[in-house]
Amino acid sequence: MSLKINPNNFIWSIVNLLRKAEIELPEDVKSALIRAETIEENQVAKSQLQAILKNIELAKNHGIPMCQDTGIMIFFVELGTEFHPGFDLEAAIKEAVILATAEIPLRPNAVNPLTRQNSGDNTGIGIPDINWKLVPGNQLKITAAPKGAGSENMSALHMFNPKEIEHIPNFVLETVVNAGGMPCPPLMIGVGIGGSFDAAARLAKEALLEPLYTPMNSFEEEILEAVNALGIGCMGLGGSITALAVHVKTAYCHTASLPVAINIQCWANRHASVVFGGEE
Amino acid sequence: MEYHLQTPLKKEDIKKLNVGDIVYISGEVLTARDEAHSRILELDETGEKLPFSLKGAVIYHCGPLMQQTENGWKVISAGPTTSGRMSKMTHSLLKAHEVRVIIGKGGMECIASEMKNRCVYLAYTGGCAALASKLIQEVKTVHWFDLGMPEAVWVLRVEDFGPLIVGIDSNGNDIFGKVRERAEKVLENRKR
Repeated sequence: MSLKINPNNFIWSIVNLLRKAEIELPEDVKSALIRAETIEENQVAKSQLQAILKNIELAKNHGIPMCQDTGIMIFFVELGTEFHPGFDLEAAIKEAVILATAEIPLRPNAVNPLTRQNSGDNTGIGIPDINWKLVPGNQLKITAAPKGAGSENMSALHMFNPKEIEHIPNFVLETVVNAGGMPCPPLMIGVGIGGSFDAAARLAKEALLEPLYTPMNSFEEEILEAVNALGIGCMGLGGSITALAVHVKTAYCHTASLPVAINIQCWANRHASVVFGGEE
Repeated sequence: MEYHLQTPLKKEDIKKLNVGDIVYISGEVLTARDEAHSRILELDETGEKLPFSLKGAVIYHCGPLMQQTENGWKVISAGPTTSGRMSKMTHSLLKAHEVRVIIGKGGMECIASEMKNRCVYLAYTGGCAALASKLIQEVKTVHWFDLGMPEAVWVLRVEDFGPLIVGIDSNGNDIFGKVRERAEKVLENRKR
């Protein structure tokens, strides 16, 4: 079976997907922020949370990106083995990013890492960052997750000694303390444990996409509680809510290794998904 | 306390501000982040004149999202960027120029003593770029566009830009530093 889609329609679907991600925060993230504003007793932190909620509404109502740092463009693609688009998906996604940069618009953020020359259209070698996963079925699911630098810069990775498992929570706490107000708390914290050096980082990033209503296990709960006991608060101005959630993802690793990656996410946990195909 | 300030700013305007106060700024604000800071310091070193004045100025750590229209540049989204990256360069900047206000997010490291009697740091809620864009009345001009849209120096006319929270005042008080110290203590106790 061949599930053909029109390449032009596909490109515009991706432009609209990016538009949605940049302008409208997912409902679960918004609900968690509303709840945080209700719980927070520190008046300065409360005022910051109120500004965030106002900003979310304004961005949605005016159709403008909620943050000027519209991020680098990251995609997670789940391609069904029975889905055959009939054109170059990667090239089409790249074209959509260029179009979206002009249309939405997005801030051109992609630069050469050494010359710091800006490409002007959010593309370049390795950008957009597209992560492919082959899955059974006849669907194509694309998730756009633009990521700003403020929170990404505060992320960390450490190759632990396998006997240091109990150090993992403190590693998260150290990372959050070092970050202070810089990554725009309240945060979501993605932790990747296991895999390899690079796989751990990818797990941590994927953990940030988990819905906030997913119940946390006791390990995640414990870390979240300890993070919030630090008192960093919204924007690092002090307060009881520094993070909204901690999500851990694991993978088997080498018997001699224990890679741990922490991906920090600002309050603007932007992502949106679209599905193609799936019908006979 | 709540204050409404008008640029250009005098030393007296900022000396009365204490950490936790709320401030609104009207007048002119210049955006500058990593690359603009480097260039300012480079020109200072060679003794070249800057194409803008920093006397009594407000520097906004911001890389705005702008759109070029028939009537010139339009602000789409313009919230603060992480000030911490500019901490080191700000030491030299404050010595050479009479910058009175820095607006940003997340605070700055080891800068409170440098700011004494000189400058204050005002925090704007990070990520609230849609909100901030509505407080910017006009894009007056842009300098150093060759640095790219986020890194260029944008001269903005603002009206009651705020609420801004005094994060570091001119008496050496620093909210972010205090919060950080307390967090470090909590972590130390936990490790024991």
